[in-house]
Amino acid sequence: MFFYLIRRLIYAVPIALAVGFVCFMLVQIAPGDPINAIVPPDAPQEVVEQIRRDYGLDKPLPIQFGLWLMKVVQGDLGRSLATGRPVWDDLHSAIGNTLMLAFAASLIGFVLGCILGGLAGTFRGSILDRLAVTTAVAGVSVPHYWLGMVLVVIFSVQLNWLPAMGAGPGGSADWAWDWEHIQHLLLPAITLSVIPMGIVTRTVRGIVAEIMNQEFVVALRGKGLTSWNVFIHVVKNAAPNALAVIGLQLGYLMGGSILVETVFSWPGTGLLLNSAIFQRDLPVLQGTILVLAMFFVALNLCVDLIQTALDPRIKRA
Amino acid sequence: MSTSAATAELAIQAKSAVVRSEGYWAGVWKRLKRDPVTIFCASVLLLMLLVMVFAPLIAPHDPFQGSMMRRLRPLGTEGHLLGTDELGRDMLTRLIYGGRLSWFMGIVPVALAFVIGTFLGVLAGFTGGKLNMLIMRVTDVFYAFPSVLLAVAISGALGAGILNAILALTLVFVPPIIRVAESVTTGVRNLDFVDAARASGASAFTIVRVHVLGNVLGPIFVYSTSLISVCMILASGLSFLGLGTRPPEAEWGLMLNTLRTAIYVQPWVAVLPGACIFVTSICFNLVSDGLRQAMDVKG
Repeated sequence: MFFYLIRRLIYAVPIALAVGFVCFMLVQIAPGDPINAIVPPDAPQEVVEQIRRDYGLDKPLPIQFGLWLMKVVQGDLGRSLATGRPVWDDLHSAIGNTLMLAFAASLIGFVLGCILGGLAGTFRGSILDRLAVTTAVAGVSVPHYWLGMVLVVIFSVQLNWLPAMGAGPGGSADWAWDWEHIQHLLLPAITLSVIPMGIVTRTVRGIVAEIMNQEFVVALRGKGLTSWNVFIHVVKNAAPNALAVIGLQLGYLMGGSILVETVFSWPGTGLLLNSAIFQRDLPVLQGTILVLAMFFVALNLCVDLIQTALDPRIKRA
Repeated sequence: MSTSAATAELAIQAKSAVVRSEGYWAGVWKRLKRDPVTIFCASVLLLMLLVMVFAPLIAPHDPFQGSMMRRLRPLGTEGHLLGTDELGRDMLTRLIYGGRLSWFMGIVPVALAFVIGTFLGVLAGFTGGKLNMLIMRVTDVFYAFPSVLLAVAISGALGAGILNAILALTLVFVPPIIRVAESVTTGVRNLDFVDAARASGASAFTIVRVHVLGNVLGPIFVYSTSLISVCMILASGLSFLGLGTRPPEAEWGLMLNTLRTAIYVQPWVAVLPGACIFVTSICFNLVSDGLRQAMDVKG
């Protein structure tokens, strides 16, 4: 296990470097001089040249990448063009909010998906199975930004039960564990949960149906185990794969919440990205994407390691 | 094995392949006909396509002609069956015209990715070795980004515009298609008939064209059709964020964005474009599932 861990960690390094390179290239593929991503457009020419030399933008591309990488590793993601503040300052509170939202959505999606998928897999061909399959297809087909709007129309505009915007009362951006904040979290989290719910339902249904057909289940029944005890055996076999799927979904939601955050004005990375796109604030765009992608790489690694640790059938070569 | 025997066997194989391929497609069609859900969804899609193609004949109004006097009318208004938008333009007309761009941006990136991804995937799978390593490791890098994030990152850096959005979406869908193409090609490459063809002196190009593509295109195609619904949601999502199409163009995602503030005035008019995306995307998903079953593709 230890060697496997080391090997996976070493394998993740080139991926992380390449991800960094793609993020570095984002500013390069943007139309116009990359220097415009650092200095405001009204800066005098001498200042622009000075900054170009300071940032090493007069050097060839590979050296520029090296210089940029050195800064990023030290936690310097550059400064926002719009506010002049370091990108990291805005980013770290936004990441907390996005994590909160993605985590809540994954939890809802995972629980509902496991229940629906488990029941559907156990009672294949029943009405329940059909219902679960339909829900799963609808879950992955629905444009979730639209679902968010519909939920706002129903629960905020018509019924006036839940707030339509923000992460807390009075537009506060900091999370706290009280009823008002949870109320604000509900709609965006439910909206975002439909995708993992659909995917988890589909996966769990497939896994459970496959396991139910295996001989050991028949053997367990033959031994006279109650259906509850058989169920526990099935869960043990299904858990590693199901956990892997939900782990990846959490990562997808971290990146995919941008649309839902825009609909609900949720003060997370999505909203940050949205305003960065709107103002063409490339350092913020680059920094946010980089951090989210690195998070995704790390998550992939964790999922892989946990799955290997949980499932003795996977070889730890 | 003598050359003549190999040729004879190849001839038999080729003959049986021809006979089987006819039987295969007839079987696919027979299974499809017995699948009411797929037939229904395909009909809905076909109907939408026809309405959009003949939009100038069907749409009751001009999609860009608004009126400040008739802003945000409710559903069922006389002359405006589905109401009007925030600039007084007829919603039904805009939905019909909007579908053209939404469909275009849902299908074109997947079609481009299908061509590029199949080429690179088959190349990697068939040649193996260092080239395979190179192509697959580059693919891994793009897998390290959640798809929405990658699309937003690229089109965000390039700036708004239909072409940039199509470029970004194509880049998002090439890596998964490469992976599928590579894995099915690797599976086919080691089968006996490929060895037989090689032994009988067929060039690599002929083997790929005749023996490999015939066996891998089906699975890759079915997988690609399942991406259309995701692509449409993503494309509309980009427009919703202000990337992709720009006003006054009619596109479902963009319409959803400009009508976002209207949910307090005419909520049911404002959510119509999203309902169109939903219906289209669910139909594409179900047709893709039906195709997968009818063509007996695993995965």
